[in-house]
Amino acid sequence: MGMAITIRNQIAKRAAAEIRTGMVVNLGIGIPSMIPNHLAEDVHVMFHAENGIVGMGASPIPGEEDENLCNAGGLPVTIIEGASYCDSAIAFAMIRRGKVDITILGALQVSGKGDLANWIVPGKKIPGMGGAMELAQKTQKVIVVMGHTDSKGQPKILQQCTLPLTSKSCVDMIITDMAVFDVRREGLVLREYFDGCTIETIKRLTGCQFTISDQVRVIPKE
Amino acid sequence: MDNPFGKITDIKQVMEHFDNGMTIMFGGFGGVGTPPSLIDAMIMKDLRQLTLIGNDAGFPQIGIGKVVSRGMADRLIASHIGSNPIAGKLMTDGKLSVEFSPQGTLAERIRAGGVGIAAILTDIGMDNEMVAGDKQICYIDETPYLVETALTAEVSIVYAKKADPFGNLVYDKSARNTNPLVAMAGDITIAEVEEIVPLGDLQPGEIITPGVFVDYIVPSVGVNWKWAWQ
Repeated sequence: MGMAITIRNQIAKRAAAEIRTGMVVNLGIGIPSMIPNHLAEDVHVMFHAENGIVGMGASPIPGEEDENLCNAGGLPVTIIEGASYCDSAIAFAMIRRGKVDITILGALQVSGKGDLANWIVPGKKIPGMGGAMELAQKTQKVIVVMGHTDSKGQPKILQQCTLPLTSKSCVDMIITDMAVFDVRREGLVLREYFDGCTIETIKRLTGCQFTISDQVRVIPKE
Repeated sequence: MDNPFGKITDIKQVMEHFDNGMTIMFGGFGGVGTPPSLIDAMIMKDLRQLTLIGNDAGFPQIGIGKVVSRGMADRLIASHIGSNPIAGKLMTDGKLSVEFSPQGTLAERIRAGGVGIAAILTDIGMDNEMVAGDKQICYIDETPYLVETALTAEVSIVYAKKADPFGNLVYDKSARNTNPLVAMAGDITIAEVEEIVPLGDLQPGEIITPGVFVDYIVPSVGVNWKWAWQ
């Protein structure tokens, strides 16, 4: 993704505000991995990883990495007090049983109905779904963080996804570099947008209709 | 070390159980928890036409990726190959057939194989053509579920921190991942371990894989690849 680091952090910070004490949270790679840096100190959560960790902590300091302690993306992590290890079946038991409160992940496309496409580009990239289907289908709240448009400036929020779906009607919230939408039964609701954007621009760069919350809020720039 | 059960052996001996065309299941997640010495021995033996079953295709020079990248497998059942571009190329070129299974479903299929169950029922990927395909559907109280069949292998290879002579295993942190499941699903299960300790040294309560599932134990030379983050 070609977005500047300040913009990626802006998205991560907004996503972090959805996380409350006591939650079990699964973060995808990319922008989601920046979210822990934006959590308030008094927010105590357990970060879950598909490879069998509950209670991941900060990245280790260079030189203190443990090759047998990595997150699902293969990067070294640490653990916090109260952490536990389990096998992959149990890690996914937690997901399928709805014990993971929030998952925050990237997407290629999202539809106005909350359909998620984030695993395949036909003819280009067929990496496999990994754990995305379980997370999308079974986590209590699915938050997508992504650029509002793709590298060619085309909308990534569409009436209907053109890429193969990971899961239907699973996304609850979309946070982009421009706006924050709730995905409701009746469609998308614009609830916030970043200072510097206008509703007109957001309309132009969004591939489906949305309603505007009567409490729509502007998020001030840092 | 006393070897009352005859399970402690060495890499050379244990390689007699490997052959071309076999189905081999491997523990590990992105190479973490994949047995490095057994992987190298498989490469030395230059096995061919393997069917591999495991979480992912590793990285080109890490874990099972070393085997996949050398074209030793013609079939792979995994949840993703995203970290191994060579696997992607082999697939695109028609040299490697890949069956993708959602990660949790794959873990449960391996577990099912390991616990003697024929299949599991799940709604994961139910509305996804690439997962559901022409799989059998089973209704429980009018709710449809996919029938996801169990997976077993002729040989399972796992990586553990410690074993005792009976093959009781403990794993190291997140290197546990799929290993306890894979250990149960092999007709022959070989555990490569960092340390072999005398009987009685492992606390019965801390053992993750009971030695019942382990046929052979081989000492490891340790991880000899460079991690992506290094």
